[in-house]
Amino acid sequence: MNFEEELTKGNFAIPECVSCKKIIWPPAEFCNVCYNETCLKTGQFTGKIIEYSKQNEEYFCMVEFLDSFRLMAKINDKPQIGQIVKITKCGILNGNYFFQII
Amino acid sequence: MNKVGIVGYGNTSFTKDDDKIESILHKSANQLFKKNPEIDKKQIDAVLVSTNNNSKYLSPILSEMVGIQPKIAHSIESLCNSGTNSIVSAFSYISSGLADMVLVSGAERFDSPGQILEWDNSRGEFKHPIFWASIFSKSYKQKFNVSEEDLAIVSVKNHKQAQKNPNALSKKTYSVEDVINSKKLTEDLRLLDCSRPCSGGASIVLASEEISKKITDTPIWISGIGQKTTSAGFTKNESLFSMNSSKQASASALKMANKNISQIDVAEIHDAFSVCEPMALESMGFTNQGEGMSLVKNLHETNNFKINSRGGLIGCGHPLGATGISQTIEIVQQLQQSAEGRQVDKPEIGLVHNMSAAATSSTVLVLEK
Repeated sequence: MNFEEELTKGNFAIPECVSCKKIIWPPAEFCNVCYNETCLKTGQFTGKIIEYSKQNEEYFCMVEFLDSFRLMAKINDKPQIGQIVKITKCGILNGNYFFQII
Repeated sequence: MNKVGIVGYGNTSFTKDDDKIESILHKSANQLFKKNPEIDKKQIDAVLVSTNNNSKYLSPILSEMVGIQPKIAHSIESLCNSGTNSIVSAFSYISSGLADMVLVSGAERFDSPGQILEWDNSRGEFKHPIFWASIFSKSYKQKFNVSEEDLAIVSVKNHKQAQKNPNALSKKTYSVEDVINSKKLTEDLRLLDCSRPCSGGASIVLASEEISKKITDTPIWISGIGQKTTSAGFTKNESLFSMNSSKQASASALKMANKNISQIDVAEIHDAFSVCEPMALESMGFTNQGEGMSLVKNLHETNNFKINSRGGLIGCGHPLGATGISQTIEIVQQLQQSAEGRQVDKPEIGLVHNMSAAATSSTVLVLEK
């Protein structure tokens, strides 16, 4: 499984090392601790909103997953710091990853 | 370690002009040699070009245009702190003995590709710097109970100071109300909170102690260097209201110079956005955490040009590859007491703070007479 292939299909999977299980983010082929290959961990992951701001009518947030890594995502309703969220939509658009949370 | 001095400089005005990158590079280097006839270009061992421009082979091209056949010629790119990183490379060549004299030229066009870090997919679709700046601003305001009116003072101060700098992009002063009422880019960022991309060039010549003393009676010595890269991706920043890389880089630079922060008389701070100035001042220890805006306000109200005398990135404009070199030239001018209307009262020690990509990487230089 390739991270971007899965993302293109709308699936958010988390890259982790096959050997030491470290989560590798942003996604990469190899672990930066033990240098072994990474694989994709699938599931319904929840994240926590760390910070947010707003552009026009759209909120954008920094979200932390598994106390381990963060990404920027958009959310429709006004977020709260510490709010638990999950990814509802993701993909690649014009070469950029995008993540929508709820 | 061999001492390294700055013996000459040249710079262009920062504009929105649609000039070729080679022309911008040539202009500042040409001005340098014209203004400093005592610099024998045949003695230049290395030519380093600082830019994010995608054009190829710029250092050999610049060398040919100014009539130098250096031993070493290459470009250096590190987004917004390419300039000071190039100066550090020049310092290393000289202090190691690989070169005795180095020309460092930085240049950028207003449409530089260095404004967006494509690799950082953890930013999702929010790759433009206004998004990390908005997150920093929101976090900083909330953490330290700072209002947007407070933050606007950074922009007011730096545009005011830029009016004393003939090379600055800004040709106007603004009030706090002007900043607050400028175009709302996000809920936490107005247009006048931002430095603007522009075209501009800056060149500097560094030399060994022996050559420096032959060329000028007033060399400025680089006595401290600190660099720290914590990550490439914005979302790896542990704190969103302080700059860890700047804290570590300034500690290293001050230790190397055997100085403490209270001894710094004049400083150039990387104010890519308003919030960056108080964050950087606090992270480097100019003031306590949460008190950066009090310091900025005090400097503004007393018309003290100690911080960002040339107008900072907000007032000067931000031609990425030239910025760190232009900041360094400003401190050289201050220490040589040739900064005219921007001159700070008899400074002895200056500091340059130059960073990249949401403070994921910082470079700090300490300069002395």
